[in-house]
Amino acid sequence: MINRLEVLSKLEFSEEEREDIQIFLDDMVKKFDKLKEIDTENIEPMSHLFPINNIFREDIVRNSNDKEAIFFQAPDKKNGYFRVPKTID
Amino acid sequence: MSLMNLTAVQLGKKIREKEVSVVEATEAALSQIDLNDKKYNSFITVDEEGALERARKVQEDIDTGKLMSPLAGVPVGIKDNICVKGMRNTCASNMLRDFVPTYSASVVSNLESAGAVIIGKTNMDEFSIGSTTETSAFFSTKNPLDTERVPGGSSGGSCAAVAGKECFYALGSDTGGSIRQPSAFCGLTGIKPTYGRVSRYGLVAYASSFDQIGPIGKDVTDCATILEVLASYDEKDSFSMKRNDNHFTSGLVEDVKGFKVGLSKNFFNEALDPEIKASILEAVEVLKDKGALIEEFDFNILEYGVPIYHIISAAEVSSNLARFDGVRYGYRAKDYDGYDDMYIKSRSAGFGMAVKKKIMLGNFVLSTENYEEYYRKALKLRRLMKEEFLKAFSRYDVILGPTTFTTAPKLGERSGNSNEQYMGDFYTIPANLLGLPAMTLPCGKDSKGLPIGMQLIGNYFQETTMIQTAYSYEQARRKL
Repeated sequence: MINRLEVLSKLEFSEEEREDIQIFLDDMVKKFDKLKEIDTENIEPMSHLFPINNIFREDIVRNSNDKEAIFFQAPDKKNGYFRVPKTID
Repeated sequence: MSLMNLTAVQLGKKIREKEVSVVEATEAALSQIDLNDKKYNSFITVDEEGALERARKVQEDIDTGKLMSPLAGVPVGIKDNICVKGMRNTCASNMLRDFVPTYSASVVSNLESAGAVIIGKTNMDEFSIGSTTETSAFFSTKNPLDTERVPGGSSGGSCAAVAGKECFYALGSDTGGSIRQPSAFCGLTGIKPTYGRVSRYGLVAYASSFDQIGPIGKDVTDCATILEVLASYDEKDSFSMKRNDNHFTSGLVEDVKGFKVGLSKNFFNEALDPEIKASILEAVEVLKDKGALIEEFDFNILEYGVPIYHIISAAEVSSNLARFDGVRYGYRAKDYDGYDDMYIKSRSAGFGMAVKKKIMLGNFVLSTENYEEYYRKALKLRRLMKEEFLKAFSRYDVILGPTTFTTAPKLGERSGNSNEQYMGDFYTIPANLLGLPAMTLPCGKDSKGLPIGMQLIGNYFQETTMIQTAYSYEQARRKL
């Protein structure tokens, strides 16, 4: 399980850390068991607190961010692009 | 130093009446930081030069009558997950150690329009994940009232800065109690507004469906005044609400006659420090004497708040923090093999352990085989809890209780996976789960001299009623 979660999380751990995380997850799952006390068979899940509607606005071109300021802090860049390792062979 | 004892509103008045200049107030705050911040560690970044320059500009605008806000010229500290254009924003993480935002959060723009002088950015738990400010990748903040103790968290730097008199008020963010718990530990007042009342634009997301920015101040008057500046409709936050009742200072009235206050029996369990219990019950008597109607009630659904919160907040964190990939900004590992490895190496080195555990837990509850059992179940219980709270608010104007089980613990006492750590946010979590407004204010001290906080939870968008209850209690207590 831990290995799969590492893949999903894009994280990697040492053996020691994995053990620590396993203990943490086991402990949390045990605590989450409390929720089984309540029957929720006929209840709809609530992902948002209030009903949401789409909010529309006119599609107007506006200046937002300063390109130079954005690229200033890019870990790697070239000619106005972010540079990353090769993604397609 | 005596200047630093003023509340934000008191200082603002002195500035408008030309008794104190904005530069004097800013210098007073900066020299206090200079003197004490090595001890407290409230700030990650202090912008001395920028603050003084800004102070001169604000003074000019006050002198020409352009600025008349009650907060004009008052120095403020901002939690380091709320973007201020051009000022480093770290979230107390190595991932964002050098990140400089190219825009300001809407709350920061609102403050600036009101003439605020931003002194610097305050320490916090890394990405707000923690409740002691000890998970900061840089250093732990100390509680100025007792430097062997934590200030609480995650907005611990903001609270220490106000309690340590390094600024006059501060902004925090509250996802599970991150404004209210440290405010209680530091003897301060803090408000988490109704979800949607204050824009989250420019706040680095933790658990988006819970996050709200709010004020931390020395008293109720300060917090109501600050909240009035923070609250506004913002098209850049899709949950921002258009409201015409952002007049929180109208609640600064000493009158609770006929107010119905609910007191849940479930608040008073064996984990609650008996001294806190006594202090809360004393506060109840004060409100009763002033004409409030107090009623005890059973509220068993509260017992499920903590696990529901842990499941949903972890799920949202795992999704929100997926954006940190080392491509456009933030930390990128030096050595890696291909793009996938670049993500993995950058994230594994950039995030601290508390953050990584929470991401792993989030992906655990969201993974196909667990989704139904944990995540969906938690969402269902969240609805059930909302229904129970709405029932309670059909009977009560506010719900009163403690903010925390204990007063501020010692440094190192709450780290790890202890049950105290897990249950720690028991009182504060429901307001986040349901988007309700809630606040803490001081209601006494324990035998060690540490402050005790009382929490009030209001119905949706009923901040003013909550503030009026708090103000009435605060005024009555001052006369005791």
